[in-house]
Order: sequence, then C-alpha cells, then structure tokens
Amino acid sequence: MIQYEAVIGLEVHAQLSTGSKIFANSGTEAGREPNTLCDPVTLGLPGALPVLNKRVVDFAIKLGLATNCSITRENEFARKHYFYPDLPKGYQISQYDKPICQHGHLLVRVGGEERRVGITRIHLEEDAGKNVHGEHETTSFIDLNRAGVPLVEIVSEPEIRSPEEAGAYMRQMRQIVRYLDICDGNMEEGSLRCDANISLRKVGTEKLGTKVEIKNLNSFRFVERAIRYEITRQTTVLEQGDEIVQETRLWDEQKASTRSMRSKEYAEDYRYFPDPDLLPIVVDNDWIERIRATLPELPEQVYLRFKKGHQLDDYYCELLTEEKHTARYYDKALEVHHNQTALANWITTELFGRLNKENLGMEECPVSPENLGTLVKLIDEDVISGKIAKTVFDEMFSTGASPNSIVEATGLQQISNRDEIGGIIDEVLTQHPEQIAEFRDGKTKMLGFFVGQIMKRTAGKANPKVVNELLMAKLKGD
Amino acid sequence: MNSLCKLSAQEMRQGLLDTEFSAVELASAHLDSIKESNETLNSFITITEDKALAAAKAADTRLSSEKENSPLLCGLPLALKDMLVTKDVETTCGSKILKGFVPPYTGTAVARAEKQGMVVVGKTNMDEFGMGSSSENSAFGPVRNPWDTERIPGGSSGGSAAAVASGQAPLALGTDTGGSIRQPAAMTGIVGLKPTYGRVSRYGAVAYASSCDQVGPFARNIPDLAMLFAAIAGKDPQDATSVAEDVPDYLAEVAEKATSGLAGLKVGVPQEYLVDGLQPDVKSAFESSLGVFEKLGAEIVDVSLPHTEHALATYYIIVPAEASSNLARYDGVRYGHRTAKADTLQELYAKTRGEAFGKEVKRRIMMGSYVLSAGYYDAYYLKAQQVRTLVANDFLAAFTNHCDVIATPVSPCTAFKLGEKTSSPLEMYLADALTVPVSLAGLPALSIPCGLDTQNLPIGLQLIAPAFEESKLLSTGNAFLTEQPFELKPLTSGGQ
Repeated sequence: MIQYEAVIGLEVHAQLSTGSKIFANSGTEAGREPNTLCDPVTLGLPGALPVLNKRVVDFAIKLGLATNCSITRENEFARKHYFYPDLPKGYQISQYDKPICQHGHLLVRVGGEERRVGITRIHLEEDAGKNVHGEHETTSFIDLNRAGVPLVEIVSEPEIRSPEEAGAYMRQMRQIVRYLDICDGNMEEGSLRCDANISLRKVGTEKLGTKVEIKNLNSFRFVERAIRYEITRQTTVLEQGDEIVQETRLWDEQKASTRSMRSKEYAEDYRYFPDPDLLPIVVDNDWIERIRATLPELPEQVYLRFKKGHQLDDYYCELLTEEKHTARYYDKALEVHHNQTALANWITTELFGRLNKENLGMEECPVSPENLGTLVKLIDEDVISGKIAKTVFDEMFSTGASPNSIVEATGLQQISNRDEIGGIIDEVLTQHPEQIAEFRDGKTKMLGFFVGQIMKRTAGKANPKVVNELLMAKLKGD
Repeated sequence: MNSLCKLSAQEMRQGLLDTEFSAVELASAHLDSIKESNETLNSFITITEDKALAAAKAADTRLSSEKENSPLLCGLPLALKDMLVTKDVETTCGSKILKGFVPPYTGTAVARAEKQGMVVVGKTNMDEFGMGSSSENSAFGPVRNPWDTERIPGGSSGGSAAAVASGQAPLALGTDTGGSIRQPAAMTGIVGLKPTYGRVSRYGAVAYASSCDQVGPFARNIPDLAMLFAAIAGKDPQDATSVAEDVPDYLAEVAEKATSGLAGLKVGVPQEYLVDGLQPDVKSAFESSLGVFEKLGAEIVDVSLPHTEHALATYYIIVPAEASSNLARYDGVRYGHRTAKADTLQELYAKTRGEAFGKEVKRRIMMGSYVLSAGYYDAYYLKAQQVRTLVANDFLAAFTNHCDVIATPVSPCTAFKLGEKTSSPLEMYLADALTVPVSLAGLPALSIPCGLDTQNLPIGLQLIAPAFEESKLLSTGNAFLTEQPFELKPLTSGGQ
C-alpha cells in the first residue's frame, strides 16, 4: 500500500493588542455594543483616509525578531479588493509583495523531539467587521467594531508534518505573542485563529499534492482534530483513485468533520496594488534596535535556562514557561528560596490547582511569589511539615497573608524539640504495650500506628523525621 | 445682480471692516444671485441658505469684536465642489449613488475655511466623482457656462468655476485630479490653482484618484486666490500624504512682488505642448502671452519635456485603476443608493452599482479593474508608474537646468457646446492632454485667463512651478494679470 505524508502549512492571524485601530483612532476592545468603535475611517466613509498607527509596526517588528525573521526595510501597504458587507471600503488594507517580516523559523517540540518550521512571512493588515445573522428573520446586521483592528498574518512554510506538530506550532506561536505582549492570544474571542493548508504526497516524493484550506480554526484542539480528519479524508480519496479538489473547507466541531465551503478552481483576483493613501514605511536599523532592546526573554530561552540551569525535567519546564507570568513567578519565588524542584512542584500542582478551581489567571494570583518561596523555605527549614504547609497555603490563597504570619497566628509551627517529642512517644508507648509486643514479633507496620498516634496528639505538628528517629530508637532500645 | 457680488474678496473684506455692509448682507446678496441664475447655470446641487445665514451672523459678531484682527476671510462667501465632505450637508459627488448621503464629518480644507469664518453658500455641481472635463457627467444635469449657456464650463469642477465667474460666490473650492480646477477656470475666465500634491489635505475630499487628487481654490483675481489658498494649505495629521512644509503668507508675497516686474524670471515653453490639435486662437493667445512676459522683463526659453506624449495614456491607466478601487466602497450596504430589490448579495452589488453609477464612471471602473487584474498589472499599472517617473523627471530636469516656471495653454480648446464631445470619450480625454502631465508629476499649476477666442470665449494660460513653489506661480500670475488685465464679462455686463 502507498504511504502518504501530510504537508501542512498554517496561516495564523493574531490581533495586535494596540489601544486604537491600525489606521484610525477608534478603540479596539472586544465585547462592546455593535458599531460603537467607529469613526469615518473605520466606516469607510467617502473622503476618509487611513493614517498608520506606528505601534502596530513596532509590534510586528517585535514578533519578527522573536521568530528569527529578517525585517523588511521598505514596507508597503497594498489594497486587496473583494466585495463583502463586513468590508466597508471594498478592499482590505494589507501587505502584498513587501511584508514586514520574512524568512523566519520556530523550533517546535513534539514528543521530546525538536523540529524547525520555517516562517515564510509575517504581514500587517486590518481586520474586517462581522456580519451578524439570525437575530432577525429577514435582516442581517453588520458590526464594524472589529473593522480596522490590527492583525498580523503569520504564514508558515509547508513544513509541518502532523496534526500534533501543527498544534505545537500554534501553541508556541500563542506563547510567543503573549510573552511579547502584542496579542492576548484569546482564541475563543478570535484574537488568535488560524487557517490550515493540507495536502498529501507519496512518502519519498517532492512534488506537492493538491491542497485544501481549512478556515478559521480557533482552538488548538480544532487545529489538531481538523487536520487529523482532513488527512484521513484525503487518504481515502486518494486510495480510491480519486483526485483531491482544491477548495476551502470548514471544520464542523459538532459533526467532527470538515465540509466544503467553496471551490478554488477559479482563483479570486484581488487586484492588489500599493495603497496610494499610505506612504511606504521605511524601517531603519535604529528602529529595529530600539525594538530589539525591548524584547523580553523568550519562551525558548526561559525553557533552556530552566532545563539546563535548574535541572528541571521537560514536564516542569513546559508548564513553567507556558505563560510569561508563570516563569516570572517562579523566578521571583526562587529569589526568596532556591529550591527549584520544590517550587516547580508547588507552582504546578497546588498553585495551578487552586487557580484553575477559582478560574483565575496567573497574573491574578493572590499568593505572591515571595510568599510561596517563604512557604517552601519554612518546610525546608523544618518550621512546618509538608502537610501543614498545605493548610497554610490554603490560608495564603484565601487571604493573601504571608506564611509566617499565618504560622505564628495559628501556632502551626512544627514541633522538632527532641525532648518534647520524646515525652509524647513515651506516653504513647506506655499506653500501648500490646502493640509494642506485636511490633517486636515482626509486625513492622505497627510503626505507622505509633506515628499516627503521635501526630494525633500533636495535631500533626510533630516533625516526622524526629518522630521516626526517636520512635525507632525507643522501640529497639527498650 | 447685486453689486456686492461683483466685488473682489479683498474689497468685500474692506467693506466688512468699514461696516459698509454686513456679512449677512453679503451672504444674502450671493444667495439671491444663486437663486437668480442657478436655474440657468445649474451650478449648485445644494444651496445651504440657513446655514449660510447663521454662519454670516456669527461672522458679523466676530468682525465687530475682532475687527482688523479677524481672519482675512471672515464673513466671505464660499462655494464648495460637492466632492468635499460637509457635516450635515448632503454630499453627492454629482452621483446618484450618493444622493441623500449626509456625512457626519467635515473634511480638513473646508473645516479650515470655516474656521476662518467663511460662509458656505452651497455645494456645486460637477462631473460624477470628478470624472469628466465638461461637467456634463452629473446625475444632477449639466452645468452651463456663464459666458455662453449653450456651452460647457469645463470640468470636473465646473459648478465651482461657473459660480465664481457669474458672481454666485467670490471664492470657491474645487478638486483637481487631471485638470479639474485649471481647465474650468480657463473656460470661465477666472483663476484656479492646483496645489502641489501634499500641500492641501485630502481628508474629506472624496477620493477619485488618490495619487493625483488635490483640493484647490478658485477666485476672480490672484490676491483673492492667495488668501483662500493660504487658509487651506498645510500639513494635516489625518492625511498621511500631506506634507509638513511651511505655508508662506501667499498674499504678502504676491503683494510684495506686484510692482517689481518679472526681471530675471525664466519662463520655459515646452514645444511638446504646442500640439497639432491646438485650436488656432488658443495658440495665438498663448504666443502673445509670451510677449507679455517679455514685456515684464522675463526671459522666454525653450524647454523639452520629451515624455509628454505618453502622459495622457499613463494618466488614463493610473487614474482609472485608483478610481476602481476608491469607488468600491459604494456598494449600497452602508449609505447612499441601494437597489430596491435584490435576491442575492451579488445582485445587491451589481444592481446598486449598475443603477446608480453613470456611464463614464462605469467605463473608468472597468478600465481600472482591467489594468489591475492579475496578469495585466505589470504590463499596465506598473509600467504606467514607471512612465510617470519619467514624466516627473522631465519637469525636474527643466526646472533644474533651464527655467523657473513653465508656461503652456491650459486646454487645447475653449469652451465647447453641450453634447459636442459626449459621444466620444477619447476626444473628451484629449481635452486633458495639457493638464495631466502636471498631475502625474504632482506639481503646482495655476490657470489664468490670457485672452478671448474669436467667439469671445476665454482662453487659459497654465503656469507650472517646482513643488511647493506656489508663491512663484501666484506672483508671476499676478504680474501678468496686472500687465494684461482680463475682463470677466459675465460679471461686468451682467445686469445691475
């Protein structure tokens, strides 16, 4: 049987989180009353002219530098023409043959392996508005709030080979734009979305097969599932000896399948030409260096620092670097107490658990990194037990208080005093002669019984190490 | 006609300062004049009587408190080409597709004029979206020339030109893409300026061909023109293509040079412009104009602009291309005309645009769409842009090596009869042959009257200067008109 290989390219659209639109003064917030973020330019009124928001270029350069692109020195905006009700000017201002960034790449990790995926280009463009259907029997509405919101379109080379790789690429892209603070990465609201181009070819051949485009995938899961479905569908078509139709398809999550949206046999002619209303943007070295100086430590760099410097395993590295806030949190906590594994563990289990439960983001975390560092320090210095620490943590999460103050106020300090613990052990042993006999007859699990009794008497505050040590000595010595 | 309507803008200014008459009286006189002659001339699409009287009243208040310190144009009537967007006043561009469209904002040039206290009397008729050279391509009927109402006033800003020439307004604004200010100024015997590309904001001037469009003034004499031009010129943050070049005091510069003659000035005459199709009396009027310059002490030099012959073809590729794009927004979805019945989205677009665009507009949209389509872009649009650079370089070389200003006729012919050229678009396009090269080069050019033809119709002289040297044009034009004054007959012989 013929083996096929998937050839996948992604076009990721990311909304840039500037306060105002790419060519107009209106705001860009999501979720506002329809048509309230409008002005003559956004509405495409006669006589209105676009003026470039330079911050948008800053953001695109930032992304280009973070994805190893070369930055285009002489940029040009072009008009892309098509008629659609959500497109007020009858054209979209985009970039055509002079995109702001070109020839970059990302390193994508899948199943412990790293692959390089090329980035063909990143270009700037304006978003369209939104057609609203179904609110009225015979009328559709248009909301132009989103029209003119700045977008970057990031086009990958067709170098992705599996749904998992596509998902990983997309995740990494989201991670980068969030680290750079240029896009909120909110896929549900459509701030980050992607189109996937998929074709199959016989393994070992170079020639590309006919491609199919799947539009508007707005979750990692959809990206992976849609591509997986499409690979299966195309394989079946080819195995039946049929040909793939070049077309645009839509992912239907309900039916877990893609369906044809329109055939691409007659390629649309967008009649691109340079927008005469906008001057070419010349990006000089100073501009690039000014932006480079603002670049944060990128996820890949943080990952490697945690992995090599902190000897954390991949699992922790990934969790801790997924969000910039988490990595920063971890770094700050480490400044207070340098126990990498323990802090990584606390953050990724207890802290993530509670944040998830309360539906909070890392940036809204009520426990400061300093306080978490202190908590782990208290454990390591035997001031509290690991078990008590969980109680203290709960209190910290609810009140935002420091672990020291909680421990002091509630008397939760660990009892490590050998005399005190020795006395309690003596009491327990005196009261349980039969259990001692059982232990001495070889029932070693009675040890747990004694520890339990001791903990009960100390409300869990006895230092388990000291308890174990003294208990063994006393049981054997007697 | 009320004698107030025959005054120059400067005289009106003086009259207002001397309280000989009020701004309200001035506005009323012009509104009356419009009402009197608009039926014949069809120069206005909208008359803004109430707003004009309110603005005049406000101007009177300002004049009485600020007196000499009030802006020069305070209380002076102004007519606006209906291509200029005006808040709360219907703006049609002479098209059915924008009939009933009332913009929520005012464009920069108009806002600047209004800030001076100018009184907008109405919106003038024009070729639809600026596409035409006769002001016949209007959904609101053709404009007629006050010199001879059987004739066209030129276009596309024919309404503004006719208004100024006939005493409906002392001043007007138009737009010029390929000659739309210069040519109607020439055909109605008044002065008109196409500023350097980038000199006046295009914000709120409805786009026809963005890389050529400029807003510019009409007046009956150069000092008046300089006053209005100074008010609208200058960088605008809302137009990325406007230029942050200092705006000189044009009026002062004109006044300063009014008596000094033109000694030392080199006037270039491009032989390529004295084309075969030139009407003989246009040619002779032009040649005698050169004598006027010599009399004023200027030197006439031959210059060559070798790519001139390609300019018209280049223009008719670039301009329709941009127009096809700029007019894409008129789709019946958000404003303006929408077809009464459409079953599909595609039909909505096709019927709306099919019903509401005029023939010439459709022709240019089709030409423009064609030259921008995949596979043809390089051969037409890209090539045209390259030729455009050659045309601009011709001017640059002439100004660098040979002359200070260039003089040419404005139009190969004088005002023709209504309907005379409507059947042949190509012949109509040829009427632009002498004005479009300047538009492609983005240079400033002034149109001044330089004589009459055998049928007593005005002939225009075009003066072209390097970029941002409008001052030179204005003072040269002023010297010329001082030496050889021109009688604006529709005004002087009009009933008192």
